[in-house]
Amino acid sequence: MQQVPAVEVDGIRLSQSLAVIQYIDETRPGPRLLPADPVKRAQVRMISDLIASGIQPLQNLYVLQKMGAEKVQWAQHFIVRGFEALEPMLKQTAGKYCVGDEISMADVCLVPQVYNAERFKVDVDAYPTIKMLNQTLVELEAFKVTHPSRQPDTPVDLRA
Amino acid sequence: MATHTKPVLHGYFRSSCSWRVRIAFALKGIEYDQVPVNLIKDGGQQLTEEYKKLNPMQQVPAVEVDGIRLSQSLAVIQYIDETRPGPRLLPADPVKRAQVRMISDLIASGIQPLQNLYVLQKMGAEKVQWAQHFIVRGFEALEPMLKQTAGKYCVGDEISMADVCLVPQVYNAERFKVDVDAYPTIKMLNQTLVELEAFKVTHPSRQPDTPVDLRA
Repeated sequence: MQQVPAVEVDGIRLSQSLAVIQYIDETRPGPRLLPADPVKRAQVRMISDLIASGIQPLQNLYVLQKMGAEKVQWAQHFIVRGFEALEPMLKQTAGKYCVGDEISMADVCLVPQVYNAERFKVDVDAYPTIKMLNQTLVELEAFKVTHPSRQPDTPVDLRA
Repeated sequence: MATHTKPVLHGYFRSSCSWRVRIAFALKGIEYDQVPVNLIKDGGQQLTEEYKKLNPMQQVPAVEVDGIRLSQSLAVIQYIDETRPGPRLLPADPVKRAQVRMISDLIASGIQPLQNLYVLQKMGAEKVQWAQHFIVRGFEALEPMLKQTAGKYCVGDEISMADVCLVPQVYNAERFKVDVDAYPTIKMLNQTLVELEAFKVTHPSRQPDTPVDLRA
């Protein structure tokens, strides 16, 4: 598909971030990234898919390159549309994190999408639940150390 | 554990995402009620305040089941698979399961959202070219992927969520005049799958809300 990410693990090549994440969760020990309860698990997937199918593909680099001069408006449109839906959804499902009080794949999807929203100047203050969850999550080590500003390939001018 | 109820599917006959859910129910042998949501009529029934309560994204499908409201077809399908008996829609083996999700996500994130009604309505006169572009791009990737994973079905020899996603996407490809013959593995898998009862009875041409002129 000529997109990132792609992961080589256990002798196989995997693409599609949520397929990778669930594979890792199912084969490695450690905190669960999807809840044990089937209803909560479905809610985690619903939120993750809203972001990974409903927002991000409409504002990724490939699509924005096709939009030319209209790219910021296009990106804003689809992020706002998605956040308008995500906000009431999260109001229902959230506790301390996106779904109840355990970190999940939904939180893993939320933070990078909020980063994109900020990058395209979407006013995240308009979505208080999204804002609050993001503020909690970005303080956690796993979200800090993996931040775009701190990667091996982060350009010098964008480094934290 | 939530009490199992008879699911109610809010969908549209020609929505590929709704069709995925219909196929999954059929494969699992689950009876369900359908409430049609006409995406064109009255400016789009998915845009009503009432429907927004079911799915704030204002898209189909939305499913009411076991006292909850779920949207996103793959979340629905995996919930049903995990809570109902019957043939597995995701393999037991984690590697195969990852491959099923990878194929499903390539379709459900990499192709379909770029050619759904909402986006095509924004493309105006260019909509067919736009749809073709993204379907071809996706199929160019899917073909070699399936060459590696497929047996009788998309992943090995058991039907899975990947097959459930493939057939509706091929239907869309045909609708937008993409030449599916250029993708022999996709074509062969689709030909096998469309002969199965679960794919036939759920076909867009045979739904309660299929317009008369499109009925099988």
